[in-house]
Amino acid sequence: MDTGQPLLEVDGVTLRYKTPEHLVTATYRVSFRVWPGDRFVLLGPSGCGKSTLLKAVGGYMAPTEGEIRLKGRPVTEPGPDRMMVFQEFDQLLPWKTVRQNVVFALEASGRLKGREALDRANLYIDKVNLTKFADSYPHTLSGGMKQRVAIARGMAMEPDILLMDEPFAALDALTRRRMQDELLMLWEGTRFTVLFVTHSIPEAIKVGSRILLLSPHPGEVKAELNSAESPKAALQLESRIQHMLFSEEIEEAENV
Amino acid sequence: MSSAQALTGAPLTGVAPRLTPVESGRPEIVRETGHAHGATVVEKPLSLAERLYNQAWLRKIVILVLLAGIWEAYGRYLDNDLLFPTFSATVEAFFRGIADGTLPARAWSSLKVLLMGYAAGIALATVLTGLAIASRIGTDLLETLTSMFNPLPAIALLPLALIWFGLGNGSLIFVLVHSVTWAIALNTHSGFLSVSRTLKMVGRNYGLSGPRLIGKILIPAAFPAILTGLKVGWAFAWRTLIAAELVFGVSSGAGGLGWFIFENKNMLDIPNVFAGLLTVILIGLVVENLIFQTIERRTVQRWGMQA
Repeated sequence: MDTGQPLLEVDGVTLRYKTPEHLVTATYRVSFRVWPGDRFVLLGPSGCGKSTLLKAVGGYMAPTEGEIRLKGRPVTEPGPDRMMVFQEFDQLLPWKTVRQNVVFALEASGRLKGREALDRANLYIDKVNLTKFADSYPHTLSGGMKQRVAIARGMAMEPDILLMDEPFAALDALTRRRMQDELLMLWEGTRFTVLFVTHSIPEAIKVGSRILLLSPHPGEVKAELNSAESPKAALQLESRIQHMLFSEEIEEAENV
Repeated sequence: MSSAQALTGAPLTGVAPRLTPVESGRPEIVRETGHAHGATVVEKPLSLAERLYNQAWLRKIVILVLLAGIWEAYGRYLDNDLLFPTFSATVEAFFRGIADGTLPARAWSSLKVLLMGYAAGIALATVLTGLAIASRIGTDLLETLTSMFNPLPAIALLPLALIWFGLGNGSLIFVLVHSVTWAIALNTHSGFLSVSRTLKMVGRNYGLSGPRLIGKILIPAAFPAILTGLKVGWAFAWRTLIAAELVFGVSSGAGGLGWFIFENKNMLDIPNVFAGLLTVILIGLVVENLIFQTIERRTVQRWGMQA
């Protein structure tokens, strides 16, 4: 995969935003590269700016320093070439059925029209096993099903990169594990590129092929690791990451 | 203890704390379920009486019939058509009014004025809300105006309206616009404000912005609040109109329902006054419970967006 250009380049990006009282630095000079077909995970404790970083890649906020480039072009505004999947269940339009939600995304963004949009929507709804619920309204679906619709919608747009902001965090543990498996199976089928934000170490190891470890307040790159394949290696990696995140806390505590 | 540990997940250190094993000789229990079938009732239809009692409309009709009965009895006991006509006399006057066309004509002339005022109020509210969304100063303008005028009863503006627009529809429409605008603008604006950030981000993700974002994402997302505004506005307008007509409803010889009530009172035709009131109630019921409820069922309820 190391031939040609990286798909996404995040180059020394510092992100700041204002709350009514403070100017908060969310990330400080973060750099990483995502190659086509990567399952790239941003991992870190809360407050490490991983979600803010994802929003910046999505084009919702501009870096105060550094640059984000997709296929060599700087990211300036949100667009359908970077589809977001959010954590919140209300990301589906409640006044549209499952099918209409996917079709609307395709038509509103100008990707496809009419018959083609409908066919594409049906194809991806089928991929996430929701064909039976294609004509249901979102409020009648369970949390896991809603997230599956959001994933189908994101994939149907066939974006350059799929941005997932803790998409399974609000699900119960059993559903979360099933969704992780399903996501991996979908990836196996199409090998899309995904940038995935999570605060769960096991989830990062399971879902990711490459893991960017961020430290909190402000977010800085601590490590960029390859994920593990075998269960044993996964356990080792998990304790290694835990150690990297946790050793600092002990030092801090000892310094007090 | 050990199960609680398992639920909270792996501890941060990565080293599992050693737990003292719980000593117990208790056997595990595994059971076959399914004994309930045949042995007990899993599901059976309710009795006819119970099902009837569960129908809200039926219970309400029973209440209405009871009230009509009490009315009729009291009217007959009083035996004074000038003070309190019986239910049957009222219904008779009502059907007479329908048959000779006076009530429908009066109702129509009321509704015509009402629709004009309502439409003008919606237009003004749209402009105000548009300004409020577009700029901060627009928001301030809307908030100031609504907090000033919303508590002011529309009827209180009647004397002024009479001086400015004279007797007739102009004054009525002015008062109606006042009663409609603020309720709708206030609700619509708060509806737009409460659209979730996620939905707005989803819309921008599709590449929508400006008018397309407003039309395709914001308005549908704020629709429950907008509909509430329209409902409240309608209720205000209907009450205001009848009250205003009672004061100066006559214009070009044909007044509305309020004027019909006032006229018949002057002629001491009290059953007709009651028939007029009944018409006011009926129209209010039809619009509020039939038209708006149908819209609600087809949209907000179907989408699971009821606030």
